[in-house]
Amino acid sequence: MKIYSEISSNKWKTWLIMTLFVVFITTLVFVMNKALGLGNISLVGIAFILAGLMSIGSYYYSDKLVLATSGAKEIKKEQYPKYFRTVENLSIGAGLPMPKVYIMKDNSPNAFATGRDPKHSVVCATTGLLNMMTEAELEGVIAHELSHVKNYDVRLMGVVAILVGFIAILSDLFIRVTFFSDSDDNKGSAIFMIVALVLAILSPIAATLIQLSVSRKREYLADASGVLLTRYPEGLASALEKLEKDHTPPRVASNATAHLFIENPFDNKKVKNLFTGFFNTHPPLEERIKILRSM
Amino acid sequence: MNITLILVIIVVGIGLFLLFLYNSLIRSKLRVSEAFSQIDVQLKRRTDLIPNLIETVKGYAKHEKDTFTKVTELRTSLMQAKTPEKKAEVNNMLTDALKSIFAVAEAYPQLRASENFKELQQELEDTENKIAYSRQFYNSNVLDYNTKLQVFPNVFFAKLLNFKPAEFFGATEAERKTVKVSF
Repeated sequence: MKIYSEISSNKWKTWLIMTLFVVFITTLVFVMNKALGLGNISLVGIAFILAGLMSIGSYYYSDKLVLATSGAKEIKKEQYPKYFRTVENLSIGAGLPMPKVYIMKDNSPNAFATGRDPKHSVVCATTGLLNMMTEAELEGVIAHELSHVKNYDVRLMGVVAILVGFIAILSDLFIRVTFFSDSDDNKGSAIFMIVALVLAILSPIAATLIQLSVSRKREYLADASGVLLTRYPEGLASALEKLEKDHTPPRVASNATAHLFIENPFDNKKVKNLFTGFFNTHPPLEERIKILRSM
Repeated sequence: MNITLILVIIVVGIGLFLLFLYNSLIRSKLRVSEAFSQIDVQLKRRTDLIPNLIETVKGYAKHEKDTFTKVTELRTSLMQAKTPEKKAEVNNMLTDALKSIFAVAEAYPQLRASENFKELQQELEDTENKIAYSRQFYNSNVLDYNTKLQVFPNVFFAKLLNFKPAEFFGATEAERKTVKVSF
């Protein structure tokens, strides 16, 4: 029962973020336009259209982009029969259509799911994960990922990954332009300059905050509904324990896609990151394990 | 005047309630039958694998006729079973009968070493797991649907709208566990 309201809330949030993105970009271009003294209003219109297209594009193609940037490859049943069967069995148990099964050649154990709805979904695990986990542990992890698919978390996460990633790149670019462009001629635009600067600094923080708000609580939820599927909390608990102990640095993962994974690929022991600790996309593993063990 | 207005509101209210209730019950009921067809797919796969298995085992173990006949009979009655209850019952018996075939195979090292046999054994185990999972999904849908039928005030109207509770598909949680361990 609870899960259906979660689904509609996710669908609604996806639209909200897509709309906010368009509003944000258009405003940003408007301010930038003034700040740089271009005075060209049609630029704002173009930005509006492009941002709209990007929003729609991120809805349909976020999974493909995520898969392309992670370097994951689709596999057939014969290549990894155990992994494939686990996905098959659990999607039957969850009443989901069979997702595409992908693999990432990476010794760091991790997994993620993506796609815009259960019919277009992808489950991906790293080779490190497959080598490290027992059957029951792998089941726990895959069930967790399938819960993300079932809840429509993947749709929201995919859109967030693309749009937020784009904003991060854009603001980075903008900071450079503002600092290094020769702005001696611009009289009276100092105020806009400051506004633009504030926007540029705020936007990645806002983006990170969005990422946080969409991913922390749902990790717990996915853990719980995953366990409902396997009926075996210990499987996921010991899988998470193994992830906690592992310190292999991940090969591919970026800030924009961090929240897609079962465990934050940038845990402070692995990669030094400015935002870890303070801005963490995942609740602490110990906490998740503790909850699972008390089920 | 006021009383008629109140009566109209009550009637419209009940009407709307019935409409929503009917739609939500129909939706749950469809989910149940959809989930059941998933079990059927797996049961079908199982009945398709059995003749192959018997042929393979026969090649090595000719003297175990009783076991074969029993499995074949159960297979036929599984294909003929109509209600979820009956299907579940026969399916459980078939699971036990298949176990006896694999027990028989233990005595024939050549059979155990045969690629074909190994593959069939794996396929059957996989199917058994899939039956367990589809059963779990079906039963959770039945639980949802039956709960909707039995909570207050739905319980008064469900009968009126001619909805009957759905049957669970046999096997308890404990049995499902043993299936998983044998993996």
